[in-house]
Amino acid sequence: MSEFEGKRLVKGNFAASYAARAANVQVVTAFPITPQTLVVEKISELVDSGKMNCEFVRMESEHSVMAGLIGASYAGARTFSATSGQGLLYMAEPVHWAAGTRLPIVMTIASRGIAPPWNIWADFSDIVTQRDSGWLMALLSGHQEIYDSVLMAYKISENPDVMLPYMLAYGGFILSHTSKPIHMPKQSLIDEFLPKIPKLGWDHVFLDPDRPIMHGNLIMPNTTPGYQEFRMKIQLAQLKAKPIIREVAKEFKETFGRDYGNGMVQEYKCKDAEFIMINCGILAKQMENVVDFMRSLGHKVGMLRLRTYRPFPTEDIIDAVKHAKIIGVVDRATAFGSPTGGPISSETMAALHNDPQTKDLRVIPFINGIGGRDVVTQQQKRQFEILMECYDKGELVKNEELMSTTYWTGAMGVK
Amino acid sequence: MTNMKEIKEVPDIDRNLWLPGNATCAGCGLDLSLRWALKALGPRTVLVTPASCLNVVIGVWPKAAPDFPFINMVFAGGAAAATGIYHGLKARGIEDVNVMTYAGDGGTTDIGIQGLSGAAERGTNIIYVCYDNEAYMNTGIQRSSSTPLGAITTTTYFGKQEHKKNLPAIMAAHNIPYVATASVADPLDLYDKFKKAKDIKGLKYIHIYAPCPPGWKIDSERSIEVAKKAITSGMWILYEVENGVFRLTGKSKRYIDPKKRKPIKDYLTIQGRFRKLTDDDFKELEKYRDSLWRQVNKELSFQELEEK
Ligand SMILES: Cc1ncc(C[n+]2csc(CCOP(=O)(O)OP(=O)(O)O)c2C)c(N)n1
Ligand code: SF4
Ligand SMILES: [Mg+2]
Repeated sequence: MSEFEGKRLVKGNFAASYAARAANVQVVTAFPITPQTLVVEKISELVDSGKMNCEFVRMESEHSVMAGLIGASYAGARTFSATSGQGLLYMAEPVHWAAGTRLPIVMTIASRGIAPPWNIWADFSDIVTQRDSGWLMALLSGHQEIYDSVLMAYKISENPDVMLPYMLAYGGFILSHTSKPIHMPKQSLIDEFLPKIPKLGWDHVFLDPDRPIMHGNLIMPNTTPGYQEFRMKIQLAQLKAKPIIREVAKEFKETFGRDYGNGMVQEYKCKDAEFIMINCGILAKQMENVVDFMRSLGHKVGMLRLRTYRPFPTEDIIDAVKHAKIIGVVDRATAFGSPTGGPISSETMAALHNDPQTKDLRVIPFINGIGGRDVVTQQQKRQFEILMECYDKGELVKNEELMSTTYWTGAMGVK
Repeated sequence: MTNMKEIKEVPDIDRNLWLPGNATCAGCGLDLSLRWALKALGPRTVLVTPASCLNVVIGVWPKAAPDFPFINMVFAGGAAAATGIYHGLKARGIEDVNVMTYAGDGGTTDIGIQGLSGAAERGTNIIYVCYDNEAYMNTGIQRSSSTPLGAITTTTYFGKQEHKKNLPAIMAAHNIPYVATASVADPLDLYDKFKKAKDIKGLKYIHIYAPCPPGWKIDSERSIEVAKKAITSGMWILYEVENGVFRLTGKSKRYIDPKKRKPIKDYLTIQGRFRKLTDDDFKELEKYRDSLWRQVNKELSFQELEEK
């Protein structure tokens, strides 16, 4: 059997590299940053040893990484890169250009805390800075999911109704540098699953001297259709991506047998739950054990893993939590100055408020694991207990972790 | 090198890929340079341009002056985007296309220098052009590191205090296969250099002197005259460095002889941007010009020694 098929013990980062290879990417540009490094080191090794057939360009900065991918994608190639934290911030400007040009670039993010002080551990605050750029975004919770999501991402991004780039984020070190067995499907199955790369480039932008086009030039505010309509089309593509993400997750399950909920969210014992916690990434996986334990004590709890962050899974969340008495939302990221301080909790509140079924549902925000701080199951159990106490008392339970309306689990109080 | 002596000998002289009617100002050096570059390169050319005047003068959407594939790019991304285009096309089996970045002096000598240096060090097979109008023109004539000493800009009210950054020399230090300077005052020399660049593998860097009447405070009809005087005074030197071999070219050849060089005052005083020059500034600029020629002499005599 080839080293690229079947069961293998791999680091989370290598799962991304192997998936990029399996997806037949044609151009990879790269610049190192901890904890992403292994992704591109592996690709470099595979390309140089003739085991991966793609153009691999060692760029001199992340800004050039993304500008390079944009160029390659304009030219009609399937493209891939990976970065983390500061690297993502540094490439912000071309990140937005990629979405504005509707280029189906896929990039994995080994998420890390934003400096200062320097921090290299799991924290989704990095991708939160780019969340409104137009990129599709998923928050991943395991090694296998990293591999599988890269494959799904190309299928979703290259769908003519979507044509948006995709960011796939997973916690630095906790996933990037730990090893777990993953199953890599037969290449022929993957090739069948993935869309064909169009021979003449993408339909909407191409660089072909026989069909010259110009792209990206200045446009006056009142030209219609014009800038405003182009921007509307990005939001429309985000909306259109929702059913496509669900469809691809379903097809993925049918083809490869692995289940990622409906692609947007993944429920864990939510159906009859009275108390539901929304969580993401590896901490959501860990919380499954806590749900089981709480249930063994007789508490009707459940957990909803937010898998897709952009487009925001508004309908999927409403559907999954509308019967709950109260819900909690756990962020592993900060959104300073926002209503709750946590990006997903703030957005969840906004999303629920506009639907008659959930407009009165109380949302308790939690923030934890910032900059990779440990979150143990005891603490997650405590999060459920706080949620239940808040419901019973009808008010927020006072403790050292509560700042304004948000519980900062595992933090010392600050003044 | 072609041996053409007159413009009318240029093949397809009437065919323009960079169309007339674009939005450049009258007398724009950028406009002329691009017209000539495209004549030499022909239609199998893909161009990327970072934020600059060129981003705007191509025409407000949906108008388009380029009759060849043309994309706009973020300000610092000119070289990297061209790099990506080159590799993207290569991955698709397309290798007969000239991939070119056409950037201003700001996009080259300032914000884009990192990306350019990276592409050069990697030996990426693209042509990178800097059209040098010696300031950030698109945003309203602010100084760049390519603005010469003494020039008034909207951020150097009394004239710039520092000398111009010598980017062609920096690019030559990258040991790339081809570095050339050019000027819109010598279109045949410019044309030849693009013809040559087209057939060389690796990163080709061409730095073009491109007057800007509104930015330099000169009358539109005098922009070629100014460009000519830059050469005759020795302030702008036409040369190429091909595989490490330095050569004076075109109209600059005769000015190796210092006696033939015209006074720099002839060049400076016809431009409004230099109206605040002091006597010390003139002296300083003369020294600067002489130092450029000293470098040329050094190169040439070193090569002579090597040949012996
Ligand atoms: C990141 C970024 N910073 C600033 C700008 C604003 N800007 C657009 S063009 C330009 C000046 C360009 O100068 P140059 O490269 O010399 O080209 P020119 O306009 O002179 O032709 C500036 C500062 C921008 N577009 N992007
Ligand atoms: S401002 Fe200067 S560089 Fe820009 S179009 Fe006008 S003349 Fe050309
Ligand atoms: Mg300029």
